[in-house]
Formats: sequence, structure tokens, C-alpha cells
Amino acid sequence: MNKPDLKVRIGSLEMKNPVTVASGTFGYGPEYAGLVDLDRLGAITVKGICTEPHVGNATPRTFETAGGMLNAIGLPGPGAQGFIKKYLPFYEKYSVPLIVNIWGKTVEDYSRVAEIFNDQARIGALEVNVSCPNVKEGGALYGTDVNLFRTVVDAVRVRTQKPLIVKLAPNVADIKVFARAAQECGAEAVSIMNSYPAMAIDIETRRPQLANRTGGLSGPAIKPIAVKLVWEAARAITIPIIGMGGIYTPEDALEFIIAGASAVAVGTASFTDPSSAVRVIEGVEAWMAAKGIGSIAELRGTVQA
Amino acid sequence: MKQENSCVLEHRLYQGDYRLLKLSAPLIGPLVQPGQFVHVKIPRLEQAVLRRPFSVFKADASGLSILYKTVGKGTAALTTVADGEPVNLIGPLGTGFPTAGNGKTPVLVAGGYGNAALYLQAARLPVKGVAFFGGRTSGDVLCVDEFEALGWEVRIATDDGSLGRKGFVTAALDEWLAEQESGVRSQGAGGGEQNETFQSLELFACGPNAMLRAVGDRALAKGLTAWLSMDRNMACGVGACLTCVIKRKTAGGWEWARCCKDGPVFNAEEILWED
Repeated sequence: MNKPDLKVRIGSLEMKNPVTVASGTFGYGPEYAGLVDLDRLGAITVKGICTEPHVGNATPRTFETAGGMLNAIGLPGPGAQGFIKKYLPFYEKYSVPLIVNIWGKTVEDYSRVAEIFNDQARIGALEVNVSCPNVKEGGALYGTDVNLFRTVVDAVRVRTQKPLIVKLAPNVADIKVFARAAQECGAEAVSIMNSYPAMAIDIETRRPQLANRTGGLSGPAIKPIAVKLVWEAARAITIPIIGMGGIYTPEDALEFIIAGASAVAVGTASFTDPSSAVRVIEGVEAWMAAKGIGSIAELRGTVQA
Repeated sequence: MKQENSCVLEHRLYQGDYRLLKLSAPLIGPLVQPGQFVHVKIPRLEQAVLRRPFSVFKADASGLSILYKTVGKGTAALTTVADGEPVNLIGPLGTGFPTAGNGKTPVLVAGGYGNAALYLQAARLPVKGVAFFGGRTSGDVLCVDEFEALGWEVRIATDDGSLGRKGFVTAALDEWLAEQESGVRSQGAGGGEQNETFQSLELFACGPNAMLRAVGDRALAKGLTAWLSMDRNMACGVGACLTCVIKRKTAGGWEWARCCKDGPVFNAEEILWED
């Protein structure tokens, strides 16, 4: 039996397999290096970075729910220069492609952070976070208003030659509108989806379970939502889609690829089991080999719907 | 830090509703340092995406044990695991207790089964001192014999007075610290030596946050070092998700520190308590 070709291309970014990790669930990489062979991954996507250091939200920041969890971490981070100094050198000893998730409070912030990272050869692509549900400034607003969305993607596009992946918000009336806008603005790919805006309340104290009051729902609970959005977007655009939302098993990843995703990201599953992403890679390869499917392209978007 | 498929060696009621779970962990067990924890994938808790962190009670090449009681869905499900059942672990995690400083006299302070997290420290410290254990009732004071067997003098306080002194463990600690400070119990001859004896005290504490804060405040007020094992809800357990952060003082203000990675043990003087 021949080994299937798992390679995926996102512009100039070449992934040896279609599995990355979802931004925010894998830290900056070193945190999991003792448990996961990072070079097995198709790419690592690090936690969102803006121009300046950011403190994030108060605690409690996460809350477990049935089949998932809420988070409102609020994008704390070391800022662009802090990331370059503190974390980029770590990647010298690895060959795994690096995707850096970027965000801003203003359009100018997005441009500046894209420009700073454009000079960093080790960074393979930028994922533009226009859909964080947990930061008041910018964040979700840029992801749900298509005019603002275009403004941000345009602004980043002119400042970087690196492949751009735009991470879409799930809470929009029509995902196709945003997927097309990303493609028209010159993005190399979209990632679908960010966590879904959600809330949980302690009935005894009658207070929200999160300090931020609301957060983003992730985990198996959102997987069918994400599959539907990927399926819809895949029929509207020709650029690759990185599918994510509750992927725990190889079967989950295959479902996204059949729906139309070229690649996938494992997120919350890394908390449950840090070896999830590697197990997904191995299982996808074994399943494709068993079915005689030669490449991801051969499988992608083959849903009979 | 390893991920290991361990297996239940022993699971039984330990005292009242408290349970002892002993797991085979040939990879993780020998690596555990006092104050570290393991992140446990609870079997048959299928709707839960998160592991549950547990302080390690005892650990060696034969396995590691945790002491727990039912406080939520995770611990409720844990009560159902049976001998021989596989349990996936990540560990040892976090930064635990330092060994006591040179010439220091260690003092342990625990609320309820928080003393489980102090057992390895108690066993490995070269000098044994006094251990203060508090609990709501006598049923909540555990492991007294075990600490005494290690050579510790155990002093007990219970909220209802059913065992030891009535009141908070910090009241018992206060009384003892005052005696030490005034030199009442000092074997030394001169006042200077008494003071030195007092200044040599180093506190190691684990228990509810209010108790930890009270212990830390006392230590700081008296110029003593106190190491506090902080308990926060965690998600990843390895420092990636930034769920379990607390405020740590810096020269110019504060920064977030991760209980799972930078802690759970912090020097009391580092912690910026939030009201």
C-alpha cells in the first residue's frame, strides 16, 4: 500500500501534513515541547500577538461546559518584539513551519504587527485574528462587519509578503460573504472557525462563570457548526480553508476535509490530551492509505451534498 | 514532564469521605518533587474536555498516590475507578517547594487535606519542625500519624474544637509564633540567640486561599519566608492556556504568573492578593 501524500500548500507555506494546532491552545510552542514532537506537526500556530505587550482579561478565564469549554483569556501576550526575543529563537532547533496569529485594537495595530513580522524569516505565515470574541477593542467587530473586515485584511496585505490566513468569526449571517472578502483582499487562506460567543452562569451567585462575562465556546460541542461553515465557505472560494472546531480524532479531521477543508487545526483537544494532534496525523494517513486515497486534494470537498 | 498511562494499584476510603488513589507511574513517580502535581484524565467523564490537577501525596518508583474528596463532577467520577483500571497522567507538573534554606527551621501549615501536598516536603526536609494542621472537624484532619512518624511535631486546630485547639489553624500558628518570638520556649541563653531562632523559621503552606493569605501576611509582617501552594482552576496544566494565572509583584507593578508552571508554589512576598 502506498503512503498517501499529505502535503498541503498555503501560498509559500508548505505543510508536510494537513494538521496544525489552533491559536491559543498551544501557547507559543515550548510549553508542549516536552510532551509532543513538534516537528511531527504540519505547522504550529502560536497564540495571538499584537504590537505591544497585552495583559488580557481578569480571572476566571475559562469554564468547562458539556462537551467543551468557554474561554475569555483576552489575548495576553508579550507583544511583537517580546515574541521575537523570547520565543522565535526556540524555533531554530525545529523545522516545523510557524504560523503567527496577529491581532490589533486598531487597523493601524494590525498593519504594524504584520510589518514587524514580515522581516522574520522563521515565520512562515500570518493568521489574522479578526474574530476574537474576548477583546473589546477591534476583535470580533472586525470579524462581523464586512467593511471593517476588508479594511483590516487590506491593511495587513500591503504590509506583508507572507501568506495570510484570515480567521473567520462563526457568528455571522453568511460565512460566504467573509470568505469571499478575504479571498478578494488577497488572503492565501481562511481558517474556520474561531470559538463561538457563549456564556455560562452560576445559579447560586447569579454571576457569569467568566470574569469577562462572556467567552468563546470550543471543543466537540461546536464541531458540527464548524463543519457546516467550512462546507458553505468551500463552495464560495478557491483559496484553502483550515478547518477547526472540536477536532479530537482522525475521523473528525477527515470530516472537515471532506466538507472542503485543505488543512485542519486541533485546539481544545490538546488540553484533553497533548498527543491529540499527532494521533490525528497518524490516523488520517492510515485511513487514507486503507482507502487508497493518494492525496488530500483527492479527498477535499468530496462531500455528496 | 511525561505523559503516562498509569494503572490503579489501590483505591480506597482513607478517612471519612476522603479517598486514597494509588497509581503505578514508573515514569512520573520517581521524578516528582515536593509540591508538584499531576494532571489526570478522569475515566468515564466523557463530556469533560479538561483534565483535573491533583497534588501528589506520596511518590516513588512503586507509584504515586493522591488524596482527594468529592468536590465536583471530576472527583465524583474519580470515585468510580477500580483496581487495575488505566488512568492517563501528565506530570510531574509545576514548580514545587524549595528545600529549606541553610540553618532554617521548617514549619508546615495546612488546611484540611492540603497537608497531602506537604507530605513529600515533610519527608525530604533534612530538619523536622512543627506542623500545624487545621480542619473543620476532627474528620477533616488527616495523616497526623504519618507526619509524626516522619519526626514532625503536629499541632491541630479544628473549627468546632472536636480535635486539638478550637479555632483556625492560623490562631494556633499565631500563638506558637508569639511564643517563639518572645523566646518563652527557646533553649538559648541570650536574647540575640532567641531572635536568631525565630528568624530561622521558614513556612511551607497548603490549604484554602484565605488560609494561605493569612499565613503569608503573618510571615511577611514578621520578616519570615513563607512558601504557599496556590490552588486555581486549570485547563492545560503546562503553561500554555493562561487560565490559572495569579498576580505576581514586579518592580513596577505586577505581572501574571501561571500557577501550573511558575507555581503552584510561590513565595508569599511575590503574591499580589486580589480582594
